[in-house]
Amino acid sequence: MSTRTAVVVGGNRTPFVKAGGRYASASAQDLLTAALDGLVARFGLAGQKVDEVVGGAVLKHTRDFNLTREAVLGSALSPHSPACDLQQACGTGLEAVIYASNKIRLGQADVAIAGGVDSASDAPIVVTEPLRKALLALNRARTLPDKLKALSRIRPADLAPVPPAVIEPRTGLSMGESQALTTARWGVTREEQDELSLASHRNLARAWDEGFYDDLVTPYLGVARDGILRPETSLEALAKLRPVFGKGEDASMTAGNSTALTDGAAVVLLAEEEHARGRGWPVLARVVDAQVAATDYVTGAEDLLLAPTRAIPELLARNELTLDDFALIEIHEAFAATVIATLTALERNGTGVVDRARLNVGGSSLAAGHPFAATGGRIVASLAKALVARGPGSRGLISICAAGGQGVVAILEAV
Amino acid sequence: MDILETIYGTPAGRFVARKAGLADPPRLRRGRVLPHGPIVLGELDGGGLARETLTLLGIVPAAPLIDVPDARTRDDKGRDVPPCYPSRPGAIVVDATGVRRIVELEGLRQLLRPAMRQLEGSGRVIILASDASAVEGLEAKAVAQGIDGINRTVAKELRGGSTSNLVFVRAGTAAEDLASTLSFLLEGRSAFVDGQAWRVGPAKLPHALTDLPFEGRVVVVTGAARGIGAAIARTFARDGATVVAVDIPPAGDALAAVANEVGGSALQLDITAADAGRRIAEHVASRHGAGARIWAIVHNAGITRDKLLANLDEKRWASVLDVNLAAEMRINDFLLHNDVPGGLGEEARIVGIASTSGVAGNKGQTNYAASKAGVMGLVWAMSEELAGRPITVNAVAPGFIETEMTAAIPFVSREIFRRTNSLTQGGNPVDVAETLAYLCGPASGGVNGQVVRVCGQNLVGA
Repeated sequence: MSTRTAVVVGGNRTPFVKAGGRYASASAQDLLTAALDGLVARFGLAGQKVDEVVGGAVLKHTRDFNLTREAVLGSALSPHSPACDLQQACGTGLEAVIYASNKIRLGQADVAIAGGVDSASDAPIVVTEPLRKALLALNRARTLPDKLKALSRIRPADLAPVPPAVIEPRTGLSMGESQALTTARWGVTREEQDELSLASHRNLARAWDEGFYDDLVTPYLGVARDGILRPETSLEALAKLRPVFGKGEDASMTAGNSTALTDGAAVVLLAEEEHARGRGWPVLARVVDAQVAATDYVTGAEDLLLAPTRAIPELLARNELTLDDFALIEIHEAFAATVIATLTALERNGTGVVDRARLNVGGSSLAAGHPFAATGGRIVASLAKALVARGPGSRGLISICAAGGQGVVAILEAV
Repeated sequence: MDILETIYGTPAGRFVARKAGLADPPRLRRGRVLPHGPIVLGELDGGGLARETLTLLGIVPAAPLIDVPDARTRDDKGRDVPPCYPSRPGAIVVDATGVRRIVELEGLRQLLRPAMRQLEGSGRVIILASDASAVEGLEAKAVAQGIDGINRTVAKELRGGSTSNLVFVRAGTAAEDLASTLSFLLEGRSAFVDGQAWRVGPAKLPHALTDLPFEGRVVVVTGAARGIGAAIARTFARDGATVVAVDIPPAGDALAAVANEVGGSALQLDITAADAGRRIAEHVASRHGAGARIWAIVHNAGITRDKLLANLDEKRWASVLDVNLAAEMRINDFLLHNDVPGGLGEEARIVGIASTSGVAGNKGQTNYAASKAGVMGLVWAMSEELAGRPITVNAVAPGFIETEMTAAIPFVSREIFRRTNSLTQGGNPVDVAETLAYLCGPASGGVNGQVVRVCGQNLVGA
């Protein structure tokens, strides 16, 4: 039986900023390269080979078919560092950490970097389906009349580019619209959501002020702190915002309690425990175990973003743990209402009650922003560091909901 | 760039400037490059140390010409001129370590006169003299100081980027102790060091001189994200160092770029943090191996908050003193008194950055001058306090260096600042870096408690 253990050594991310903002001219590859270079510098890895680099993006150009490998080649790492892309919607970053940790445990790698990037500014803009079909017909046409016939099928409306949108293909609903159904079904109030959002901003602002992110973030393009963070926001200010998702009187989801489209990248340095110790590296936390689950959201029987409430009980049972065994719990804040519905669902399905004092103590996606595939890396690195401060053996639970009705959850344990 | 500067940069502007006496400054020889022409050795009675040291450096010196009446020739206008070298010498080393009497100073005149107009561009005058502490009697001590007067004046009279510097040799100094200093002065590394005098004594632990003195050694550089700090990181890395580049978190992206370029590591840290010394040691141990120790720490980080004293508040006062002086002292204090993984090695080098503003004062910089003069005081006091440990403490005092910081000075003032020195130009960040690398070299163990100005012999405070 192998005794290899995968540990989190450290992490790095760019500050996160609102899409179309300071990183508007940066591509996803630029962002991922910057995050890698910051990590390489932090750990003195310039010119060195890493056994595997795994990353991904949710919004992806066809030109980014080999995104992570291209980022590695543009970074200060040795070109002998292999890389692959992986994608599981908002679960990408955490799934990348799981993938790399498993390789480390199996002895296929000693050192790996896992993470992700998303740039809603660099999102691919595609052509309409009628235009695409007409262009294919034009390409097939041999004669002039045939060519003209193909062209004549194009209507002016077909020429408009199709902007990117995060729409569930099987329901036709956006993320926000899907969550609005969940918000209503689970009776999540506006006040609860705004309070959670306020706590996220306060917690993240405090962590920044305490220097918690000094060794977790490297500035990028003149941005040194997360751009979405509003340290001065208040319940009053949040209460004034108009609902943007949901219908009628009960609509409660605003720009203040929903994550904004965000640009950013995050990576985590993972290593086999003994290898890390041999190099004198910090050994922050073990990647103990992970679980993925999915919901039957298409029929409407379940919720799009509550798959973690299926994954968490499975993970806890396998590890013979309860929610009380965790010093810290990180539930990705896709929307404030997602977190609250998740907590309620965990209580109702008998998993247990999450102590709010242990929840997202350093702030989460509402305040930091949510560059889809980068969120997992952000959470893993900061949770690992926070667990160290709570002493050896402290456990942390990560829960990330993802498009397609999926949920990725994992356990870290301070060494 | 203002309009004057734009015009000044055009061919027509340069033509007018040259006519007005603002000639293009000489291009200085830089890097690990010896002079092209022969290295002449002039030995006065009682000398010998210079020849031994040159031999150690693998240099076969050429014989000097002496300006005595019989040796003079007449030029086409019938004037007496000193004897003429067959080819332009690259440097003249004057070994005056045996000179004790006023009349013996004539020997320096005889050796230096022929060289004054014949040295090649970026040539070198290097004078070795016995330190006043190493000689007996009033005349000998006065003569020692008199030689510095010669040195400083020669530096001002030399043209074409040539420099003159004086090394005061303490009692018991051997050729091995002097090799790093002589090598530094001869090579282009000392390009912007001019008219200076400093002391060299016996090293506590001997090390041979090499071109990769920092191979396998960790060097910590604060303020390394840009300007002089980035040049320091590059220069130490060129000489083999594993560089730990430190700067404040908001400068992290530039810092990472420097660290990755030199194959070192980056530490985002505000050096004014109370635990900065401990965090530096932790970083060294957790990045460069549990057994890694700091060979040298370069306290380069510094800030300015300029205001005339009439307008200066307590905030601008305190921040400059804290960053430029107090933080450095706290870090030293931790590293010197805590034997921790990643801490200071048994033998180590501590270097700081003073400033000509600290030497001479500068309008609008009471706070800065206090901090930088404080660095000099710290160097002198620490080198005495650490006399029992094989650790050296030194500093450089830069003059006008071309950086983003000085580029912000209005054009006319900047042009005046950069030209008011014997080399009629600003120095480059690498000039400061080279001097620091020399002071930190393993072979420079005999250089201790010194503040070396890198200012092209700035008129200010000279």
